[in-house]
Amino acid sequence: MTVISSRPSSPNSNDAPRLITAPPLLRAKGLRKTYGRIVAVDEVSLEVYPGEVMGIVGESGSGKSTVLRLLNLEEPADVGAYTLDIPDYAGVNLFTLERFARRMVQIQHIGIVYQNPYLGLRMRYTSSGNVAERLLITGERRFSTLREAARSWLAASEFPLDRMDDPPRKLSGGMQQRVQLAKAIALKPRVLLLDEPTTGLDVSVQALVLDTLKRLQRELHLAMVLVSHDLGVIRTLADRVLVMRGGRVIESGLTDQVLEDPQDAYTQQLVHAKL
Amino acid sequence: MPLLTVENLSKRFYVDQLQREIAVFDRLSFTLEPGQFILVSGANGIGKSTLLRCLYRTYRPSAGRAIYESRRGSIDLVRAADVDIALLRREEIGFVTQFLRPRPRVSALELVAEPLLAGGTALRDAEPRAKAMLESFGLKPALWGAYPTMFSGGEQQRVNVARALIAPRRLLLLDEPTASLDSSARASLIARLRELKSDGVALVGVFHYPDEIRHLVDGEIHFESGALPPELEAQNVDQ
Repeated sequence: MTVISSRPSSPNSNDAPRLITAPPLLRAKGLRKTYGRIVAVDEVSLEVYPGEVMGIVGESGSGKSTVLRLLNLEEPADVGAYTLDIPDYAGVNLFTLERFARRMVQIQHIGIVYQNPYLGLRMRYTSSGNVAERLLITGERRFSTLREAARSWLAASEFPLDRMDDPPRKLSGGMQQRVQLAKAIALKPRVLLLDEPTTGLDVSVQALVLDTLKRLQRELHLAMVLVSHDLGVIRTLADRVLVMRGGRVIESGLTDQVLEDPQDAYTQQLVHAKL
Repeated sequence: MPLLTVENLSKRFYVDQLQREIAVFDRLSFTLEPGQFILVSGANGIGKSTLLRCLYRTYRPSAGRAIYESRRGSIDLVRAADVDIALLRREEIGFVTQFLRPRPRVSALELVAEPLLAGGTALRDAEPRAKAMLESFGLKPALWGAYPTMFSGGEQQRVNVARALIAPRRLLLLDEPTASLDSSARASLIARLRELKSDGVALVGVFHYPDEIRHLVDGEIHFESGALPPELEAQNVDQ
């Protein structure tokens, strides 16, 4: 090995995909979001293919959670386009939809799991009721169908079924995340958004939840976007990763490449800051 | 037609903290035919694994081309889109490392079956094949359902090799796969590599004891210190 000049290599740029011919499921282009004078997200673009997990890493305030809120259609971007390859809406910038249509796309095609279960669950309903509520929204009224759906999605999330009628507030953190997950996938969305889904859980519980996520990703062929500051979680789940700083994407690549051969100075620091 | 044509491949690491660029190899060229086995040799720390990682794109090559003839068409591994590389990793190109990366609460059997499941094989078909792989590398059946996080180094490496070789591949990159195997597991690995080679799988490998696979080797890339062109020879550093 030899040390040479102090000049960095010219940055690599990739060709467009050639072997993969199917279109991406999720496509966001040039997203910008400001709050007053604060630019939370700027020039963020990403494409996620069916069956793929895209990780987003960055420190607090880097804009990664704002990106997730935009992708969940909680608020529109100031600038930029967001499309999903779904029936009736292919090619439509979802930010331009009026409120009702936006809400329907969100309910039927996008699932989300928050770090804080209070954001995603009604803590005093039963767990099964939390899941069944998703089907109620779409007009299902038969009790037996609702009950069976709640049971099967909770089972798919590896939730202990003998606890299915307990309210989430009586459950452990790991179980609450499984209820959120069952609720998120109950309408078979094409996109699953995960905001620090295992942060705050015990390490062993975290491993189990990650494993459930990995299995569901494989079986349901979802496009997943996973926001986490935990590089171990990202390495376990994500195929590709975006590194965000100050609202912008400063590096992107295959997860192992970004973690083992980071090109950007900040990413090099971030990766090596890991204990 | 070669499966892989490497032309003028170079790798340099720019380390921001040192404000320096470190060259590992420069303008390396070779071709690899289906069923060929190329041994990468040279002293420790000279960059043998770096070459394998560049071909797998865990490291970004700095310059050059690596044209790979995939089933879906010809593609330059140096510049290919990340999603294309991910696809090739699922379908065609495998990497065998020295170490298993066990995950808590995931059994040996599940870890070995995973590459098949990721490629779309059903669980009921994947499981017997995973068992057969573990058996052929001599992991005791009592351990199949156990978590490799608690295994010895040798047991973990049996699981690792089984996992790495279970899915059919056209190009295999081997990074000292025999390092922590005992002699019987090593013999079954080498037998397996011979089988793969005769099935037409192309192999590029780094081996700690090259003599044990010498009979399979068709060509050799030997890394020598001082092999870099003079303009890159500023000062040698330890890796």
